[in-house]
Amino acid sequence: MSEQLGTSGLILNEPLLWHKGKPGRIGMSIPTSDVPAAAIAAELLGPAVDFPDLSEVDVVRHYTRLSQWNFGVDSGMYPLGSCTMKYNPKTNERQAATPEIAGAHPMLADTLAQGTLRILFELQQFLAVITGLDAVSLQPAAGAHGELTGMLIFHAYHRSHGAQRHKILIPDTAHGTNPASAALCGYKAVPVPSDAQGMLDPALVASLMDEDTAGIMLTNPNTLGLFEERIREIAAIVHAKGGLVYGDGANMNAVLGVIDAKRCGIDVLHLNLHKTFSTPHGGGGPGAGPVCVTRALEPFLPVPRVVMDGTAYRLDDDQPQSVGRVHAFHGNFGVLVRAYSYILSMGEAGLKRASQLAVLNANYIKEQLKDVLHLPYDRPCMHECVFSDLWQQEYKISTVDMAKRLIDYGYHPPTIYFPLIVHGAMMIEPTETECKDDIDQFIATLKTITQEAATAPELLRQAPQRTKVRRLDEVLAARSPCLIGPSGDGDQ
Amino acid sequence: MKELNALHLPNDIGYTDDHEWARITGETVRIGVSDYAQDQLGDIVFVELPAVGDRFAKGDEFGTLESVKAVSELFMPMSGTVVAINTALTDAPELINQDPYGAWIIEIKPSASEEYAQLHTATAYLDLLEG
Repeated sequence: MSEQLGTSGLILNEPLLWHKGKPGRIGMSIPTSDVPAAAIAAELLGPAVDFPDLSEVDVVRHYTRLSQWNFGVDSGMYPLGSCTMKYNPKTNERQAATPEIAGAHPMLADTLAQGTLRILFELQQFLAVITGLDAVSLQPAAGAHGELTGMLIFHAYHRSHGAQRHKILIPDTAHGTNPASAALCGYKAVPVPSDAQGMLDPALVASLMDEDTAGIMLTNPNTLGLFEERIREIAAIVHAKGGLVYGDGANMNAVLGVIDAKRCGIDVLHLNLHKTFSTPHGGGGPGAGPVCVTRALEPFLPVPRVVMDGTAYRLDDDQPQSVGRVHAFHGNFGVLVRAYSYILSMGEAGLKRASQLAVLNANYIKEQLKDVLHLPYDRPCMHECVFSDLWQQEYKISTVDMAKRLIDYGYHPPTIYFPLIVHGAMMIEPTETECKDDIDQFIATLKTITQEAATAPELLRQAPQRTKVRRLDEVLAARSPCLIGPSGDGDQ
Repeated sequence: MKELNALHLPNDIGYTDDHEWARITGETVRIGVSDYAQDQLGDIVFVELPAVGDRFAKGDEFGTLESVKAVSELFMPMSGTVVAINTALTDAPELINQDPYGAWIIEIKPSASEEYAQLHTATAYLDLLEG
């Protein structure tokens, strides 16, 4: 397609629902009540909630218009590094919406829920095969929740070995949530700087690892999009001091069917099903962050476990060393169904091929753009590549300006200013679902933007200009966030 | 962002590699971040302060600055006990952007005053920035 992707069209304004509603409007007519009115005890009453009065068409148009302001992976390329915004095939939505699955009550007796328990059990087995690890809990609701569960497992493991430990090693190339998850579990995070190649140095890990250190939390591929080649050496160092190795699997999309986490020396790994296994997650959820562990750590997994005892599936709470329940019922079940459906529809060869193409696409972008954007770590990358704004600084153009200009051209901006170890980082993850034609157009667009940075920098500083709203005041939004509807206007 | 030669780097304070400054104010030392640090971070939207009475060694993290771009840790230029925190920054973190040397972050009673001599002078700090 030679025509430019981004264009302008008529976008309709839309007020907040409180401003749109008029007293007396209703969405539907309900029959006159034939039940006698009864008084409610005064102690149960509170102030009325201020819901606007709206007709059905008011509501439908409201949300349809808002959806037209939106940008998602179904509208275009969304190369958000470290987030794996890949296309989610619609068949997986269809399976998750199957009435027999979506309508199953979470409190059904095991004997009446054999089908749903089988999905959970088989998904656990699939994830064990994919990671090479032995046992899986599907309960955690997101990546950071999986990390916390993993840290609780570390804690329970060390307690069972008699001596609690107080520190944990976290590389500066680990996922940003790792230190918070460890701190929530009471561990003091000890940062481990990466070397000039963006790699973790085993000698440095050896110098920091001691018998008060619970282990290491690393992300592989790391947040520079690079594979930690010396992971087995590092794991051996940590294990020799009695520590455990946590693998953040947020970047699993690069290595499905390629690496075996257990043989890498990883003891606990979480997966982001919503990133890697087909759940739309641009709106912030729901997600699923199952944890996969070695046989030695299986007793500590959250309960209930889904087990199969010869003839039937059942929930098993009888695990005395378990860290306990970390989510109500069965985790975010709809996300689990999508992952189950995705794995079955892709198959073993398909998952591996997806990862290979994700890596190929990222390397293609890296090679095509490294002449116009500074590439701080010039080596083969995995599923994402990290540039910086070093070469644009002479024009007083920073990463945020280039990212905003991409919006004008019809792209969601990539991740910016992360990882923190790259100044002015721009982290691009194309995923496997973009075809070469679309990737070529994205590359051509970024090349155009780098030319504009030199010849017409004001275009970038004023970007986005073609969107419904222009550059937002992020400073005001951060300093004075307003998170409530206008019904509270008079009170503020 | 500012050119290096446009940075304001007063001569009466000591600087660290991590862009904090320390100024001797009688018995105590005030600590803040340099013009370079505030310029690089951009608009600061949140300051996390320690508590009065907290004790830190030189190099320890004592708080964080958050801008719309990133969160940045603050490290002690000298060892000591916190005797005051600049609570004005809680409601107005932009004071650091407006006047990085007036908007001190914490005030400490140093436990090793000789550490001040190990900090960079303005000239040495500028050399460091120029690489």
